[in-house]
Amino acid sequence: MVIYALLPACAVSIYFFGVPALSVLLICTLGCVAAEAICCKVMGRKMTLADGSAALTGILLALNLPPSAPWWMSLFGAFIAILIGKQVYGGLGYNPFNPALVARVVLLISFPVQMTTWTAPAPIGSGLDAVTTATPLGEMKTAVMLTGKLPELATSGFSNYLTGNMGGCLGEVSALALLIGGLYLLYKKIITWHTPVSFAGTVIIIGGIFWLIDPTKYPSPLFHLLTGGLILGVFFMATDMVSSPVTDKGMLIFGFGCGLITVLIRLFGGYPEGVSFAILLMNAATPLIDRYTRPKIFGQIEQEAKS
Amino acid sequence: MSLGKEFIKGIWKENAVFKLLLGMCPVLAVTTSAENGLGMGLASTFVLVCSNIVVALLRKLIPSKVRIPAFIIIIATFVTVVQLSMEAWVYDLYQALGIFIPLIVVNCLILGRAEAFASKRPVLDAAVDGTGMGLGFTLALFILGAVREIFGSGEILGFALFGPGYQPVLLMILPPGAFISLGLLLAAMNKFEARKS
Repeated sequence: MVIYALLPACAVSIYFFGVPALSVLLICTLGCVAAEAICCKVMGRKMTLADGSAALTGILLALNLPPSAPWWMSLFGAFIAILIGKQVYGGLGYNPFNPALVARVVLLISFPVQMTTWTAPAPIGSGLDAVTTATPLGEMKTAVMLTGKLPELATSGFSNYLTGNMGGCLGEVSALALLIGGLYLLYKKIITWHTPVSFAGTVIIIGGIFWLIDPTKYPSPLFHLLTGGLILGVFFMATDMVSSPVTDKGMLIFGFGCGLITVLIRLFGGYPEGVSFAILLMNAATPLIDRYTRPKIFGQIEQEAKS
Repeated sequence: MSLGKEFIKGIWKENAVFKLLLGMCPVLAVTTSAENGLGMGLASTFVLVCSNIVVALLRKLIPSKVRIPAFIIIIATFVTVVQLSMEAWVYDLYQALGIFIPLIVVNCLILGRAEAFASKRPVLDAAVDGTGMGLGFTLALFILGAVREIFGSGEILGFALFGPGYQPVLLMILPPGAFISLGLLLAAMNKFEARKS
């Protein structure tokens, strides 16, 4: 189901980045499926390939990689996702962190050069050759660090960000395609509105506060929303059923935490993009959030009322 | 227990790192390469053997109420000896290990052996126990350092293992790599033990 929702984003990424994007998608997906099969075999567990979770992890991982990712890196990431991110904890349902994000962060830390070499989009049929470029967020960070001022791109070019005509990971580029997928998930009631709304809302509000303080130094909330992995994270990563809270209130807290950490990393951290770190950190807090937002058992009497 | 058994137990059956999970701070922090692991292990071994001997010698003189401070002073003395010697003769290693040399003082393996073993046993037993435990510790640090160095830099003891096309997995020489490799090593060892019995 979630896989269908990701198809528009996959299609757009293949349109903009061509064969490399397709090969990253294929290697990640097949790699995850293979890793899952090997793990189940070696560990003597029931084969869990049919539930499609490994394939989904593979697609999510691919959408988190740059289109120029070499084949061995995609494959390594796929095995990390399944082995370290999922199977060592006991398989699907027991992993405290989102496997695709674990793999992304492992790759980002291990191979910073390959993970941050971006290709400018060259739509199929445009006859352009792939050239390297920076992501809007990366460019913003560099410019702010060097000059203390926002580059021009942070104040214009929003239609490009919306359709995906910019440098970035496969799944970072097209906000529109991801939005379609996200709305489909909401419509099918696979996810609820709580996490996405509170995550994106927090980013808009906190990003907006900084923007109002100094619009020459901090980018507008719209820029925050449309660039980087925010929409992918909001709909597909932060809503992962296994690694995020189960209660409505918990999801709101979870989303708020993700949004806060994302903006703080983007504006003040060492990395240009903070969505993946934010979600992983909040994944770690999930058991705690679940504990504190445990709903009252029906019929339970308040302690104060008694005394 | 015979002296031979006292010696062997520290290396495998009661290995400080792989079985008792003691002294995790240096284990995780300095094993970015096989050389660092070996250096740290040997420095700790020296301190452990010497402190075990002295604690065993003084075990009847130290009042039990103040035994912990007394042990710490003995250990700190030998750590100072190691630190100054390393600064004098192996300066590069001294630089690489940094703060973790003085921190040997608080390595719970050393204090643990003083408290649980050396303060109750004759000198020879304590010396053998310290040597075995220390070598086991060194071995564990060396193995962990080697694994991390092989994957994280593509080298072993500074010699390149793979061709220039190899992309080192930087994560392995960063802190998370220590936890991941130690965890996987422990899992492999437990699997091996379980199969044997």
